[in-house]
Amino acid sequence: MLQAIRRFVIDNYLFGEDAKFGNEDSFMETGIIDSTGILELVRFVESTYRIKVTDEEFIPDNLDSVTKLVSFIHAKQSTSVQTDRETPVQFAESSLQ
Amino acid sequence: MCGIAGSLQLHHGSADPERLHQMIRTIRYRGPDDVGIYNHGPVGLAHARLSIIDLAGGHQPMSIARESIWVTFNGEIFNYIELRDELIAKGHRFTSNSDTEVLLHLYQEEGEQCVKRLNGQWAFAIWDAPKQKLFLSRDRFGIRPLYYTEVNGEFLFASEIKALLACPQVACAIDLNGLDQIFTFWVTVPPRTAFRGISQLPPGHSMVVKEGRARISPYWTIDLVPQVTNGCASGNQLAEELLALLHDATKIRMRSDVPVGAYLSGGIDSTVIAALASGIAGKPVSTFSVTFEAGDLDESKYQSEASSILGTSHHDLCCRHEDIVRVFPEVIWHTEQPILRSAPTPLYLLSKRVRDSGFKVVLTGEGADELLGGYDIFKETKIRQFWSRRPDSSWRPILLKRLYPYMPGIQRQSLEYLKYFFHVTQEELGSPFFSHLPRWELTSKTKQFFSESTRSELATADAVLSLLGDLPTSYAMWPPFAKAEFLEMRYLMPGYILSSQGDRVAMAHAVEGRYPFLDHRLATFAARLPASLKMKVLDQKYLLKLAVKGLIPESIRRRPKQPYRAPDGISFFCTKDGYVQDLLSPTRIKQDGIFDARATEVLVKKFRSGRETSIKDNMALIGILSTTLLLDRFMRTRGECLTASPPTNAQLSASGCRL
Repeated sequence: MLQAIRRFVIDNYLFGEDAKFGNEDSFMETGIIDSTGILELVRFVESTYRIKVTDEEFIPDNLDSVTKLVSFIHAKQSTSVQTDRETPVQFAESSLQ
Repeated sequence: MCGIAGSLQLHHGSADPERLHQMIRTIRYRGPDDVGIYNHGPVGLAHARLSIIDLAGGHQPMSIARESIWVTFNGEIFNYIELRDELIAKGHRFTSNSDTEVLLHLYQEEGEQCVKRLNGQWAFAIWDAPKQKLFLSRDRFGIRPLYYTEVNGEFLFASEIKALLACPQVACAIDLNGLDQIFTFWVTVPPRTAFRGISQLPPGHSMVVKEGRARISPYWTIDLVPQVTNGCASGNQLAEELLALLHDATKIRMRSDVPVGAYLSGGIDSTVIAALASGIAGKPVSTFSVTFEAGDLDESKYQSEASSILGTSHHDLCCRHEDIVRVFPEVIWHTEQPILRSAPTPLYLLSKRVRDSGFKVVLTGEGADELLGGYDIFKETKIRQFWSRRPDSSWRPILLKRLYPYMPGIQRQSLEYLKYFFHVTQEELGSPFFSHLPRWELTSKTKQFFSESTRSELATADAVLSLLGDLPTSYAMWPPFAKAEFLEMRYLMPGYILSSQGDRVAMAHAVEGRYPFLDHRLATFAARLPASLKMKVLDQKYLLKLAVKGLIPESIRRRPKQPYRAPDGISFFCTKDGYVQDLLSPTRIKQDGIFDARATEVLVKKFRSGRETSIKDNMALIGILSTTLLLDRFMRTRGECLTASPPTNAQLSASGCRL
């Protein structure tokens, strides 16, 4: 996942220039993402990892470096797995009524 | 409206008539009705005429005083009738009914100060033989272009750069500092141009070339410090005054011996002008609009509504992706500078429609947004200013989102991101460029596509910092709103709005644009208005809306501002036109050396993949493509392309671009 995100950032924001870019580097402090570019990143994450970034989660703490993104996606996926498990149970319960 | 060119030997020698013919031939499209050359001793003047006033008597170059004072003149003096009466009363005799002759007599009467009396749009050169002096001037806002250079003891000037490049001794090379400015501000800062060694006379300036030396000086500047000149004048009284000024500005801009049409974008400004013009003419005028297939760009609903209510004879032109790709090389041939948006292209197509419909003159609404508080950047500045002072405010970020409903990237963003992207900090409040920092910073990101050699050449360049020396002495004391207005009026308006989107794409088809909002009387009135009347809280163009109540449809008057936009990068990948592929190929990019071939290749792949692209991506793509076209047409194939007609795709093919 880390490599895939790194590749996306290099291709879409650095346009191939990856020599000086670290996984901990802030996208904002290095100035590599602009106001419309951030949306591209979120759409990539949502479609590739099948998660939904809510408005509340649309913050630099979750999205502002490769490592922050990886942690955020892992956390979302684990929540999502639990939700996926719960959903059929709820559906089953409701169908019993 | 015309094309002008000329030369002056600074030390010895005489003007070469064949050279003058070559120069004027390259810009003949600006004036297809007539051509004239005057050369005598050290001076040569050339003129290509688009006949609009005094069709029979306005041949140029024109002279008075027993052929001792000559002029080659591009433009219109709208108050020529009043000036003519005044000059006749002083004993001047006229042999024509043209505004050109009025200009000559006024110069004879008042010398270099004559420009202060002119209400119009001009670029001209007057040869005063008794004083052996060449006097050049450009209008207050830079509506008409004027370029010059000096080489081997010869001073050369022209309406367009290509006429200067028709002289083999003039070197043809791109100015990397000019490019750096374009990739920051969208424009070069006068006198700089995109070409090394070629300068432009700044708007509101005159120039004297005499005894081998040149002197440039301003004759007009706009003072944007609000003054309560009218004491207790109410908003309603000021609105009446504004409408009266706009009415007269429109009226004198309808002085013409050929029919006058109007552009109709569907917004307030152009609708007001079309309404006033129809009233003055006593019948509805003909109107012209661009429409788009893409719903978010298209304003045809409002255009139809305005034309239907005003009863105008309406013409529209639908601009498709393939049209943009097809004519883009021609557009760059005319803009003579790289552009970062494709927006001039539809206007190039529209001017052709105007000309094909039998019109040479159109009124347009430019200038209202700059002078009367219309642009979103003014609103953005106000919100950022308040928010920077109250960083804990929770509702101000929401206003920023509402400001840009057409920018989806902004809608989902959190407070932290908005603060970052819009430079909301206490420190930046103190910057002289506070209003424009987010825009310039975003545009500057396109420089990541510069090659290593370009970056190294520009290592010490700082486009924003270099502007500090260009600001008026009182600028620091101006309120932020006035500073934002000044930056728009000083840079983007003359360098892009009135040039790439104005003179160049209209004159390409011999169509003259006239701008009532840029009447200097109206501009001076607007400059003195308090910002609160231009934008009441966040209501843009408040006073103008008040002034035109009842004149235009309410749906248009109350309509939120929609900036004019055209499809950008996507157009170039919707259709298969080989020149795009060829000019953006790694081989070609490497050969030119200005941009990084690898980064450009990745950018092109991104567009080809159909993935979402950002504002920066689009500006970079069009900036690279237009720069490459400029290099191709002006530098690589200089000799063959300096003809009277713009390059066609067939010529591009002949010069090495595969179709």
